[in-house]
Order: sequence, then C-alpha cells, then structure tokens
Amino acid sequence: MAINLRELSKKTIPFTGGHRMCAGCGAPIIVRQVLAAAEQPIAAGVATGCLEVATTIYPYSAWGTPLIHNAFENVAATVSGIEMAYRALKARGAVDKDIKFVAFGGDGGTYDIGLQSLSGAMERGHDMVYICYDNGAYMNTGIQRSSATPLGAETSTSPVGKRIPGKPGHRKNLTNIMAAHDIPYVAQTTPAHWRDLMTKVKKALAVEGPAFLNILSSCPLGWRIPDDSSISILRLAVDTCFWPLFEVENGSYQMNYEPKEKKPLSDWLKPQGRFRHLFRPENKHILEELQAEVDRNWERLLRLSKYDSE
Amino acid sequence: MNLATQPENRVALTGNEAVAHAMKQINPDVVAAYPITPQTEIVQIFSGFVADGDVDTVFERVESEHSAMSAAVGAAAAGARAMTATSANGLALMWEILYIAASNRLPIVMPVVNRALSAPINIHCDHSDTMGARDSGWIQLFSENAQEAYDNTLQAIRIAEHPDVELPVMVCLDGFIISHAMDNLFMLPDEMVTKFIGLRKPEYSLLDVDNPATYGPLDLQDWYFEHKRQQVEGMKKALDVIPQIAVEYEELTGREYGFFEAYRASDAEALMIVLGSTAGTAKDVVDAMRDEGHPVGLIKLRTFRPFPMQQLVSALAGRRAVAVMDRSDTFSTAGGPLFHGVRHALYDCERAPLTSNYIYGLGGRDVKPHDLRKVFDDTLRMGESGRVSQPITYLGVRE
Repeated sequence: MAINLRELSKKTIPFTGGHRMCAGCGAPIIVRQVLAAAEQPIAAGVATGCLEVATTIYPYSAWGTPLIHNAFENVAATVSGIEMAYRALKARGAVDKDIKFVAFGGDGGTYDIGLQSLSGAMERGHDMVYICYDNGAYMNTGIQRSSATPLGAETSTSPVGKRIPGKPGHRKNLTNIMAAHDIPYVAQTTPAHWRDLMTKVKKALAVEGPAFLNILSSCPLGWRIPDDSSISILRLAVDTCFWPLFEVENGSYQMNYEPKEKKPLSDWLKPQGRFRHLFRPENKHILEELQAEVDRNWERLLRLSKYDSE
Repeated sequence: MNLATQPENRVALTGNEAVAHAMKQINPDVVAAYPITPQTEIVQIFSGFVADGDVDTVFERVESEHSAMSAAVGAAAAGARAMTATSANGLALMWEILYIAASNRLPIVMPVVNRALSAPINIHCDHSDTMGARDSGWIQLFSENAQEAYDNTLQAIRIAEHPDVELPVMVCLDGFIISHAMDNLFMLPDEMVTKFIGLRKPEYSLLDVDNPATYGPLDLQDWYFEHKRQQVEGMKKALDVIPQIAVEYEELTGREYGFFEAYRASDAEALMIVLGSTAGTAKDVVDAMRDEGHPVGLIKLRTFRPFPMQQLVSALAGRRAVAVMDRSDTFSTAGGPLFHGVRHALYDCERAPLTSNYIYGLGGRDVKPHDLRKVFDDTLRMGESGRVSQPITYLGVRE
C-alpha cells in the first residue's frame, strides 16, 4: 500500500479539471486524492452540495467513475443500495469486476440531515467508504451554520450581532460518533496531508465492511481566507490540534501525528475572517473556551491512543 | 388446460401473503424495507423466504422508509431489480425520493398497502397515502382483492421495466380489507412467473465501470424541461404498454386486465366509478339493483396513473349520471382526486354525463351495501332530474 509519487504522477485520475468548484476549495482536492488512492474501480455517490452541483452540471460531468446523486440526506442509503445490487448481480454472474463503493457528503449532508442514513448504513455493515468533506457550514446555500461549525464562527445564520457573537455552542464530534458505531475503520485527515489521506483511503477501501473518513476541507468563501492559503490553513488546523490526524482501526485509537510544538488555536483562527470578531476584547472568553475544547479533545485522543497502544 | 387456473394452484392467502408470495416468485435482486402497519407482514413473510434461502434477494431492513426508497434508487440505478413496500406515513416519508425514482426512470416496484395518513393517527384503509403521491411520476395500479394484488405485482415488473416506459410502479391494495383478509386466489407456478417476468436488461448501470455515467446531475433552465417532457412521454407509452402486458398475462391466466373493469356498465344509465376493494361491495349492490330493474353499473378503475382519460370518456359518454367515489380528500373544497380526474376528462365530451362526488371510508370507516345503494339512488335521480343538486357528498359521516 506504499504510496509512490512517481507512480501516482502517471495515474489518470477519473475526475477532470474544468468543473466549477471555487479556486482553493478543499473538496475537489479530496476527490482527486481519494480516486488516486483507489486501486480498484469505484462507483460513487454524492450528496447534494457544492461538490455535486459544481461537478455535474448537465450535460457535463467531471466524473470518470460511475456516479449517482440522489438527494441531500441519503447518500449513505443510496450507496448501500448500489452495494446490495453489486452483491446480488455478482452472485448471479451479471457483474464480474471487483468494485468498491464510495459516498461523498459535506458536513451538512453528513453531520446534520444525513446522519440517520449514515448511521443506518454503517450499522448494517455495507462494504462501503463514506467520506465527509467537512468545511464547517452549509457553503452551497450560502454559508449557514451546521453542527460542524465551530463555536463563535460567523455564518449567515449565526451572524455577529449586537447581542450574539457568532455561532453558539461547540461543534458535534462526528468522528467519535462514527467510532462508536464500532465499524472496522474510522479516520480523520485533511487534503493538506495527502500521504496521510491517501493511506487512510487505501485502508478504508481494504477493510471488509463500512469505513468512515472525516476530512477537513477549506472553503475560501465561507472561511474568508485567500484562495491560495487553503493548504497552509489546513496544516494549521492540524498543528493547533483543532483537527488531529488519527484513526480508529477495529476500535483501537491511533494518533497519526503529534506536532513537535502544539501551536495556539489562535494561529488557525486568526487568518480566517469568520473568526475575526473573536479577537475583540469582549469576546476573549470565547477564544478561551475554544482553546479549552481543543485541549480537552486533544488530551482525550492522546489518552485513548496511548491506552490502545499499550 | 390452463396451468395457472388448475386446482393445485388455488390457494387461500391474505392480501399481504399474496403479495409476499408474488415477491418470492419475482425473486428480486434487492429488497430494502421498513415495517409499518398494515404493510409489515409483507416484509416479515419475505424475511422468512430470505432466511430459508427460498430467494436469492439481497435483503436489508433499513432504518426508515426514506432510506428504503433511497437504497432502492441506488440498487435500481446499479441495474438491479429492486423492490420495497410501505403504507401511509412510510410513503409520505419517501415522498422526496418517489419523485427522484420516477425522474431517474428507475423501474422500482412497490406494493403500497393503503392506509390513512396522520393526523389523527389511524392504521386503517383510505387512499390518502397513494393519492398524496399521485403526481410523483409513479404508475399506480389499484387492486380489488388479493388476486388482483398478486396479479398486479407480477404485471408491474413488466410494465415498469418495459424499455418504452422505465418508470416505477405502485401496486395499491386496501389496508386490512385486502391485506389482512383471507381470500381464494390462483397463483402461477414459479417457472411461469420466471418466464413471464424475464431478467431486467438495464440500458445503463452504475456497475458498468467501463462506461461510467453520471446519474442525477444538476439540470438547469437549459435541459430540465426537456427531461420532464421525456418523462411524460414514458407515462404516455405506459398507456400502450399496460394493455399489452395485460393481454400476455391473460393468455397465461385467463384473467382479464385493462385500465378499468366495466361491470354491467354497457347499458347502465347511472354509473359508479370506484378504486380498490369497495368495488367488490359495489358489484353486489349493482347485481341486487339490476335484479330490481335499475339500470346501474360500475367502473372499477385499475390504472389511476397514467390516467386513462380517453378510454374513460368512451366508457362514460352518453350515460346520464356518474357517481365518482373518492376514499380520500384533496381539502381543496372542490372534491376528491378521482373526481378531479373524471370531471376534467368529461369536459370536452359532447354527451357528457352529470357527475357528482362521494368522499367515503376515510380512516377505515366501513362502507356498507346500503351506503352504496343510496349513492346509486341519488345518481339515478340526478340523471332523471338532469341537474347536480349536490356536487360533493361526504358519505357515512356524522355531520
């Protein structure tokens, strides 16, 4: 499963340029890395969202793999249906190839409206990989808050007003929720860590049964960052421990990366316009709360990882 | 001798059992389902067939009807023959995906055991569930009894998968009245069903990785309308295909199916149009009233979608009066959904009968022979008087 850049550079990735995703968006980078990592033919599903609307504008499609878009909240159920069809058709000899199944959804379609469908598909044990590209809000409809939006972030439905300074409440810890499903493989990564991401895709595709990857994805429009800063800001998310790179393999937690020097969360928050108001003196307590939450999660992950490795 | 009507093929089954056995004989590639009264038994019985290895079906008990229909969409787009079944609120929960299944031209077949929609919650029969889905692009076949539910389920596979149609089909059967009542019916031998339905031959498949296609893309002002127009064409073609399949089926079974059954209708002056199990009661009333010399008859509509407008007009032209029976309401204050269709169909008819609407049986309210006799009496009177005194009547309700 080693990843060889020279070999990779020769590979035709079945996802063309010319689609209409924004410059600097993390989602198409993720798709390319996922499809580049796959050694088997893929049939994919995509939830309604930026990735779907910007890559499948009829009569064009950026996808060189079979792809289905059904609706917003049901990509997991839809792909589970494809996987069922595959088992049935393979058993009666109508399909002979070995095919793998991947579902893509944003945080809105995964953390919120699609959570039931995802939970059901994972519990049933379909041989599929679910990939959430988490950019922390409903970016496709114009940057509304989701349950993946960090505390205090400004979105169009959690605006910074005279009384309320951005999104109230912390984000949902979906990766842990998925780990609690006791499925064979769960992991967190970012496209700025391409080797980590591709290794995890390979692992996820290799397991028999369901796998879930939560991938932090930049949105220059929603995060209010320059187009060309996506990768550096995603790296900061990891170096500040906001988005730890870890995996849960058959229930066992493994930290994949520990920064030499854990940077303060403000390093990640500061370049993003959606957090600008948090640096006003009256919002200092929100910054502290955010840092405390990151520390809590980080320490917990370290404990789990240490415990499982002993 | 017709194999399909030989005594050894005669069985006593409830409607749900009949449908479950039809599904067993169809042996679909994929079934994804969720329990809801009164459909639950279909899935339970089918689970037994799966557990015993009587079918090859890949079967999943998903976590909601929404996911049942979503998985059926994925499976059908992957080239599988996919089925599910539901009732009432389950169908309502599927609503979003019903449209997607039809618009993606996926030939999913779904028995729907008709039950009243909440609120108030009620588990008994009316047609509000499937009428809520009447504009979703699904073909809708209604059944009078367990035999028809069985026969419609088998024919639905052929209709849905016909290359000129490629649309999903709902097979509607009345909750409890058909689903839970024991009935005598003839089943086809397994091999006859296998031969009749054949294998699904999809034009495209998500599993055809060498010829990748994108299903369900974003489709804007420049093409959406053309695709909707093509969808209508599929439904129009169904008007040709449904009778063709019925003829083939009749050759096997001797049982005749069309868009509707005209019962003692050819010389009737007052007609009743009805869907589902009420037709059985109505036939008894027609017989009794005919014996008394009243010129009454019945049209039992089998195909509600597509709506066989021309054929209905031909059957109704020249009659004096027609009572249209709706087991659901539109809350438009302008009558039930069947009434809308029938009255609309008759507008351009030169010798159109007078029409009135009866909304009856909501939430499983029993409809008795004397109720239907009253409808016929009113309709005969309407025909004689030449005017509609009461366009919409709520039958058998305390007001």
